[in-house]
Amino acid sequence: MSENLTALAYLVASVLFIMALRGLSSPESSRKGNIYGIVGMAIAIATTVVRPDVVSYGWILGGIVLGGGVGTMIALRIKMTAMPELVAAFHSLVGMAAVMVAAAAFYNPAAYGIVDAEGVLKLASRIEMGLGVAIGAITFSGSVIAFAKLKGIMTGNPIVFPGQHPLNALIGLVIIGLLIGFAAEPSPVLFWIMTGLAFAIGFLLIIPVGGADMPVIVSMLNSYSGWAAAGIGFTLENTALIITGALVGSSGAILSYIMCKAMNRSIVNVVLGGFGGDTSAAGAIRSDRPVRPGSAEDAAFIMKNAGSVIIVPGYGMAVAQAQHSVREMADALKANGVKVRYAIHPVAGRMPGHMNVLLAEANVPYDEVAELEEINADFSSTDVSFVIGANDVTNPAARTDPQSPIAGMPILDVDKSRTVLFVKRSLSPGYAGIDNDLFYAESTMMLFADAKKMVDDIVKSL
Amino acid sequence: MDAATGIDPFIFRLAIFVLAIFVGYYVVWSVTPALHTPLMSVTNAISSVIIVGALIAAGPADVSFSKVMGFIAIVLASVNIFGGFVVTQRMLAMYKKK
Repeated sequence: MSENLTALAYLVASVLFIMALRGLSSPESSRKGNIYGIVGMAIAIATTVVRPDVVSYGWILGGIVLGGGVGTMIALRIKMTAMPELVAAFHSLVGMAAVMVAAAAFYNPAAYGIVDAEGVLKLASRIEMGLGVAIGAITFSGSVIAFAKLKGIMTGNPIVFPGQHPLNALIGLVIIGLLIGFAAEPSPVLFWIMTGLAFAIGFLLIIPVGGADMPVIVSMLNSYSGWAAAGIGFTLENTALIITGALVGSSGAILSYIMCKAMNRSIVNVVLGGFGGDTSAAGAIRSDRPVRPGSAEDAAFIMKNAGSVIIVPGYGMAVAQAQHSVREMADALKANGVKVRYAIHPVAGRMPGHMNVLLAEANVPYDEVAELEEINADFSSTDVSFVIGANDVTNPAARTDPQSPIAGMPILDVDKSRTVLFVKRSLSPGYAGIDNDLFYAESTMMLFADAKKMVDDIVKSL
Repeated sequence: MDAATGIDPFIFRLAIFVLAIFVGYYVVWSVTPALHTPLMSVTNAISSVIIVGALIAAGPADVSFSKVMGFIAIVLASVNIFGGFVVTQRMLAMYKKK
């Protein structure tokens, strides 16, 4: 293949990747989009394998079969509740692959045609390589920590120690210094010290972040993996990598922005960490205010006689594995002529869009599921809001109390509906560690039980 | 250096990069929030196009440090490519209409 033809093939692959993302604008077009992505990847790989200097087919095929087999097996077996961990783990692999490709290019730059007339690595390539390897290493170690926190191997509570931020800043400055040094004199010692420090900073940056902020971090690492790929793309002078890296980088950045906005936090605030532990077991806030408890039969009676019900699911529903029962309940209500919809807060799950996937898995039709902006105005004309496994995202204090830690956070206005049914184990506070006035409202009935058991009992009573 | 114009090819690549960021920006904002999780898994899969760098490293016949690095990178990227596309397909297959 001539060089021009190769470049054109990479362009075709890049366009197919763009179409893969474009397909995700609606569920109908998304499946076709994924096929475009697969075809694009096949073109990119085939174009590279036919290069005259690529002859070691045994190694290549072996690597693809081995990695592909493992990847396919994991992808087929993974539970949908575990998607955030899986994505974090995948990010770490992109980061590691970036580091390894950079190392390979550093030790054999001639293979990539990035040497000058004297056979020394070009100046521009040194800078690009340094950036690529540093971002790749940060992506790797950061994603490993994110994975460990999401999986529960490591505590989801923020790990903080005195002098943490000055230490991080110092390491950051040293890495920048080493980058400049590496550009001036590309020695292996500098390359590896820089890589090692980048691994360390990735680790240090993520440990102070609390479990509740993980949706932002996973999105941010998604973005990093893109920038790492783009950095390597510049080093290898490969347009497919540059374009793809840019797409992925901006995608992750947008998702981080959406998540931050949904929590009314700044990205700096999230990254500095120290906010939000993993458990809501911080101890119930003692309140003498009376609540109105109810039974499954009460809840079934109220909903059966309602005209419209909005179900507000949170991550607690997924933890209790109650999504299938909730769908059964919705089916029973619809059979009774009740209009049922679902309202999803952007941070309802453990990663962007997670709750939508969990509901889709439970066979909830996606056109019954609405986002916050779509549905928030409808609560005031709704008879019953059924809150299950969510807490902070319904707390009216975000609207009314400027002193509240969640002040200004966009919430689902369930308090405006005629009746609120709140499924909860106890009156314990949510991640933000604050009490929810909604529990004590006159229109609220608290259903104290395990989410799945309560919904199953309601289904029986319907 | 391009002899005819004197523009460094790096500038062309930079232009491609900047324009691709804008393409990404507009395309990703048009993604429906309901599909943000598949968006992450598919971007994961496509960012593993970094495998092209690994293929070149593992390509030569002689065994070297670079070749071994390239081989491991092929394995890691392949886990991502297959895993990413398969899990995305699995998720997208679940989205059904009423």
